[in-house]
Amino acid sequence: MRSWWLALCVVASLGAASDTRRSGFDFMTPETQAIQRDDAQNPAMLWVQEGSAAWERKSGGAGRACIDCHGAASTSMKGVAARYPAFDAAARGPITLSQRINACVVGRQGAAPLAAESQELLALESFVAMQSRGLPIAPPSDPRLVPFRERGEKLYRQRIGQLDLSCAQCHDERAGGRLAGATIPQAHPTGYPIYRLEWQGLGSLQRRLRGCISGVRAEPFSYGAVELTELELYLAQRAAGMKIETPAVRP
Amino acid sequence: MARALITMPKTAKSGEIVEIRTLIAHPMESGYRAGDDGQLVPRNLIRRFSCRYDGELVFSAELFPAVAANPYITFCTVATASGTLQFTWEGDRGFSQTENVVLTVA
Repeated sequence: MRSWWLALCVVASLGAASDTRRSGFDFMTPETQAIQRDDAQNPAMLWVQEGSAAWERKSGGAGRACIDCHGAASTSMKGVAARYPAFDAAARGPITLSQRINACVVGRQGAAPLAAESQELLALESFVAMQSRGLPIAPPSDPRLVPFRERGEKLYRQRIGQLDLSCAQCHDERAGGRLAGATIPQAHPTGYPIYRLEWQGLGSLQRRLRGCISGVRAEPFSYGAVELTELELYLAQRAAGMKIETPAVRP
Repeated sequence: MARALITMPKTAKSGEIVEIRTLIAHPMESGYRAGDDGQLVPRNLIRRFSCRYDGELVFSAELFPAVAANPYITFCTVATASGTLQFTWEGDRGFSQTENVVLTVA
């Protein structure tokens, strides 16, 4: 029994040692971590609650609710967020989870598309993504995604803006260091949409990316731009296997 | 109607201390911030929170501009008898929201 435990501990420590990737959660103060750990405290749960109600609400010309086609989200949506962005034949390219939701809203419900970053879309996205909480990020191996993902990696390493900085210079080379008062995380998209204390609200990965892009004094890509989706694709690959924390809290 | 989350036990023993945790969606706009157009965003705060246990006030709080958006308020009370806890948030622009939760005391 003791040797079995010892072996388990050795394997666990080896596993932790070989993977140097850390979620942004590990860089937060214990106080902020406590908010994320406890659903009763996590303000993002307000959006999840709204998303849960929207899941069952009939809408659009078709008068259908998400639940009418998909059934209970706890089973049908489990693991879905872990594999987005994914290739969409109709769009002939990669689409994000929020674009996938909007495709359903327009195509199946016959309703007007939800605006990017709108509270309604964030609510549905956080509710759907939370069904994958605890599951590893599993980017699809679809060969059609490869050129997009490669462009995303190129953009990740490309210096941009008046500050002439690439994502990699901060988040690969200087992760764990400080940018003014804030710790630079490794930029793994493990918990989106996130409740960011700075925003005092919920926001998507694209909002976070746009914040960084304008931070280096470059002109941000607009919501839904293929460049942002490509970046998301690369980030998902980079974080493959890390556990989803949605809805996460970040400073 | 704002979204609100109340976390508390459904049942308790008589005399037991129960922890009640509340969260409500609200911008808590301080009135000191400028919007994108440079104009001050009008103040929009929750001013008062109260909890009544079968009509008796057991907890209340006043909220001010320094309180963050989506305020989280937690407190304890003693379970005396089965009854309804009534939570009320009141604020600027005529904001008022009431939620009821039943506590069964065995």
